[in-house]
Amino acid sequence: METLLWALLLVPLAGAVVNVLLGRRLPRQVAGWLASGAVALAFLIGVMATLRLLALPAEERAYVTPTLYTWALAGRFEVPVSLLFDQLAAVMVLVVTGVGFLIHVYSVGYMAHEPADYDFRRYFVYLNLFVFSMLLLVLGSNFVLLYAGWELVGLCSYLLISFWYTEPQNAAAGRKAFVVNRVGDFAFALGIFLIWSAFGSVVYADVFEAVGGVAPATLTAITLLLFVGCTGKSAQLPLYVWLPDAMAGPTPVSALIHAATMVTAGVYLIARASALFAAATSTSAIVAWVGVLTALFAATIAIVQVDIKRVLAYSTISQLGYMFLGVGVGAYTAAIFHLVTHAFFKALLFLGAGSVMHAVEHGAHHAGEHVDPQDMRQMGGLWERARWTGITFLVGAAALAGLPLTSGFFSKDEILAGAFLEGHVLLYGVGLLTAFLTATYSFRQFFLVFAGEPRSEAARHAAESPRVMLVPLAVLAVLALGAGLVLGWPPEHGIIHTWLEPAFAVAREGTKAEGGAGLSPMTLLLISSVVALAGAGLAYGAYVRKAVDPAALSVRFRPLYVLLWNRYYVDELYALLFVRPFFGLARFLADVVDKLVIDGAVNGVATVTAGAHALARRLQAGYVRVYALSMVLGALLVLGYLVYWGR
Amino acid sequence: MERFLAQNWTVIQPALFLVFTGLIVLLVDLWLKEEEREWLAYFSLVGFGGAGVIVVRQWLAVRGLETPITGFGGMMVLDTLGLLFQMLFFLVGFLAVLLAPGYLTRRRLQRGEFYALLLFSTAGMSLLAGAQDLIMLFLGIEVLSIPLYILAGFARPRLDSEEASLKYFLLGAFATGFLLYGTALLYGATGTTAFEALRASEAAAAPRENVMFMAGIALLLVGLGFKISMAPFHQWTPDVYEGAPTPVTAFMVAATKAGGMVALIRLLYWGLGPADDVWRPLLGVLAAVTMTWGNVGALLQRNVKRMLAYSSIAHAGYLLIGVLSGGVGFVAVLVYLLIYALTNLGAFGVILLLEDGEREALDIESYRGLARFHPGAALLMSVFLLSLAGFPPTAGFFGKFLLFTAGISAGLTWLVVVAVLNSVLSVFYYARVIVKMYMQEPVETPAFSRSWLVAGALAVAAVGVVLLGLYPTVVVRLITA
Repeated sequence: METLLWALLLVPLAGAVVNVLLGRRLPRQVAGWLASGAVALAFLIGVMATLRLLALPAEERAYVTPTLYTWALAGRFEVPVSLLFDQLAAVMVLVVTGVGFLIHVYSVGYMAHEPADYDFRRYFVYLNLFVFSMLLLVLGSNFVLLYAGWELVGLCSYLLISFWYTEPQNAAAGRKAFVVNRVGDFAFALGIFLIWSAFGSVVYADVFEAVGGVAPATLTAITLLLFVGCTGKSAQLPLYVWLPDAMAGPTPVSALIHAATMVTAGVYLIARASALFAAATSTSAIVAWVGVLTALFAATIAIVQVDIKRVLAYSTISQLGYMFLGVGVGAYTAAIFHLVTHAFFKALLFLGAGSVMHAVEHGAHHAGEHVDPQDMRQMGGLWERARWTGITFLVGAAALAGLPLTSGFFSKDEILAGAFLEGHVLLYGVGLLTAFLTATYSFRQFFLVFAGEPRSEAARHAAESPRVMLVPLAVLAVLALGAGLVLGWPPEHGIIHTWLEPAFAVAREGTKAEGGAGLSPMTLLLISSVVALAGAGLAYGAYVRKAVDPAALSVRFRPLYVLLWNRYYVDELYALLFVRPFFGLARFLADVVDKLVIDGAVNGVATVTAGAHALARRLQAGYVRVYALSMVLGALLVLGYLVYWGR
Repeated sequence: MERFLAQNWTVIQPALFLVFTGLIVLLVDLWLKEEEREWLAYFSLVGFGGAGVIVVRQWLAVRGLETPITGFGGMMVLDTLGLLFQMLFFLVGFLAVLLAPGYLTRRRLQRGEFYALLLFSTAGMSLLAGAQDLIMLFLGIEVLSIPLYILAGFARPRLDSEEASLKYFLLGAFATGFLLYGTALLYGATGTTAFEALRASEAAAAPRENVMFMAGIALLLVGLGFKISMAPFHQWTPDVYEGAPTPVTAFMVAATKAGGMVALIRLLYWGLGPADDVWRPLLGVLAAVTMTWGNVGALLQRNVKRMLAYSSIAHAGYLLIGVLSGGVGFVAVLVYLLIYALTNLGAFGVILLLEDGEREALDIESYRGLARFHPGAALLMSVFLLSLAGFPPTAGFFGKFLLFTAGISAGLTWLVVVAVLNSVLSVFYYARVIVKMYMQEPVETPAFSRSWLVAGALAVAAVGVVLLGLYPTVVVRLITA
């Protein structure tokens, strides 16, 4: 088992290293398949490890590898470098490597048109590196390893967002992701420090065992800090702003990193630390509320977007909100279940969107027309032209909408049921409203792209994508359609429940559902079905039957429409509140206080031209005296403090 | 004569060794032609290596002792802390020498004094590491500083270098005044300059009763604060670091800070330990101000050397956390300084290689698209910058972790919060260079000089930064052993 786990972690890293070292000598296709092969191998190893776990009795299914070595040893502080493989880790590993593999394969086709071999290889190196980092995040046996993986996935994400860095806005998007995430990471790091000072250890097992002995206030502080970290990485209010911009990266990257895996790291973290969060009830309430409000907030924005990837980006934020609602109300299994099904159907939708863009670009090329391949207003009628993409996209949209019997239906309902049965009726209500909006926007998207007549020459000449892209779509479609029924039926007693429940046993103690307002799970299931169908029906009425005219609605409710169209002006607000004041302060400190004039260039020019005389003059008249003066003032402050106030 | 011989000379053996090496360098220099002067560099390497061997041997001998060896009437002490700091100084000196010859030759600055001054300055640090007396402290600081004033202006007749030198000298002399005045006041208050007596004095037991004592502490803090670029005494740093020749800047960033830190530790804990409730809150506030000022100041810098100068101010602030934590904090300071030294030497090594005619390519714009043409250099630079930013799994992350956990266990949580917030901020300007290198198209590729010596220094730095990040336990064990 030990060898297996280390191999699992290191195989993708080896893939990246080999591609860096030998890539230049290999044909580009080989580089792509090599990277895919590494992830496939990791997936197989993951399956083997899971089977071994399965052979053990349910309560012993948590394997910690012997410590490879101890990292850092100062005072009492120790971080053992070892891996933990339990039910939760197994699920995450299989999702990361399984979906990861499909996306690698898809990428071989998607990136085939990349002009430079160098960039093609760079892409796969980053992608393999990402899989390695994500596995480290998931497999680490303590918070510090998790943090290391957390930062590394972030790094890969920034690199891939700005992959096409020749476009300035892509580089800016990468930087935005980087900076916004650091805000979250800052809180996360503080949380870890606090864990260490409260528990004297950062190892999961030690920490979770000692939860009872720590003051509730400390627990609340720790969990809140961790959760702020989650809002950064998993794009929740108020730190979600980087994710929509992150769509600047290649579409398979959006599918893998910004939908299926990395952004769910926050949910994983809370599920992993469920013992802490369950004990900190006030934090859990905050998590649930932030989650459900984010879900609603992002869904309202998604409903008016016209960029095919932005709709999906906001939908991802919204769906992540559901997962946080799940972990917030203590429905950990349901949240992870939704994480899994979401990975399937959202990856499917993103890859489908990529295939659509591919098709439209082909058409644009053919028709000699220049269109934005992501603008859904230029599409329409693609059902006839890209049938396989259409079918799979439909499956994805249905699962996202939560149409009955699709995977999203079961997992989303279970989260809502969890909220309801724990007695959080208000949370349930908002969640249900969001579910309605979700169904509407996901079918709005489907109909805008595939139904009706083509609205541009490019769409008219669109053509189906190559098979290497369609096969992953088909596989994901099967998963998105069937995973719910296979894993989650019957509700509360499906495969995923029996598998995961023991992992959350500690957290679930004493919070068993008491059956809220007397509605049975089956009734709730029925309500969810009706809501989802109603939402989808509304989209059908508006965009196919034209019974309701969306354009007329947008005129009628113009202020609301403008607000949504501009995404509530949050970006503008942040620029006003944070970005500008900070640059102002920096300029003031560096240029005015420290220098009194603009430094650098001006300085150099002056010295070169004016010569020694100028030097002498500046020394006499200028900075040295000012610096000395400021030293004196500083000295007076120190002196004054010690001699006068300090006494 | 008898008294002279009776002194325990071993306590200053490493410093003596360096000084003699420096004198020989000066002497030999007279017979060498300009193109032969590179040999002086090799000779200096031997000097630093030899001094390193001496301290390692002393360290092995001293390690098990209960009471540390003292010398010169108790003015110097030979203990593990001082010896470990000296190892650090000599390593930095060694690596700084590796950076120099190519740079000096290209600019026709190859003069023997360079190496001699570097050796003398390091000897000053070596004295500081064991100082047990205010006079010794002062002596060490001056021996450390005066060569640096000259070295900063070594690129004569380049004006910014001369300007740097003169500024540094004038302000440094000013700071020395504070230091000396503070020493005098403490002597006036207690009648002694020896740390041991200072510690036991009445004034130290009840410092608030004694204005002269308090004023002495204040002035000493100002003087030392100048040396470690603590705000608000840091203004000289960007100007001097920018103007000084790059190998000198690298040496100053890495070594001077370490020298200042050890001096501060010696003074505060060995000399003023009982009065810690006086200086502790003050230094805490100053640490917070220093790191914030440094980081905010670095945000918009366009000159890479200037940016790293501001970054070094910020790092001084982080280091003060370790100083304030005491005990485990010293280990953290030492490890952090080692990591910080390796990282900075590496970064300055890359800067130095990026040659653009007469000057180094210092504008941040000249790093655009570097990854395309010099992928190795870009990768190294990224590793160093990420380490400075404290990004896992580089050594910088580990160093910060060590410092901050020391701070937390010493109850300085508020300061650690400020520091973590600051390190978030710092990522912005470090990442800017990485973005330039990897994500922008090159305008023009600067010429790139190659040098085996610099490559060697970079290799040591890079291996150190990566290895200390992945497996820091070795070093920590060695230090705490």
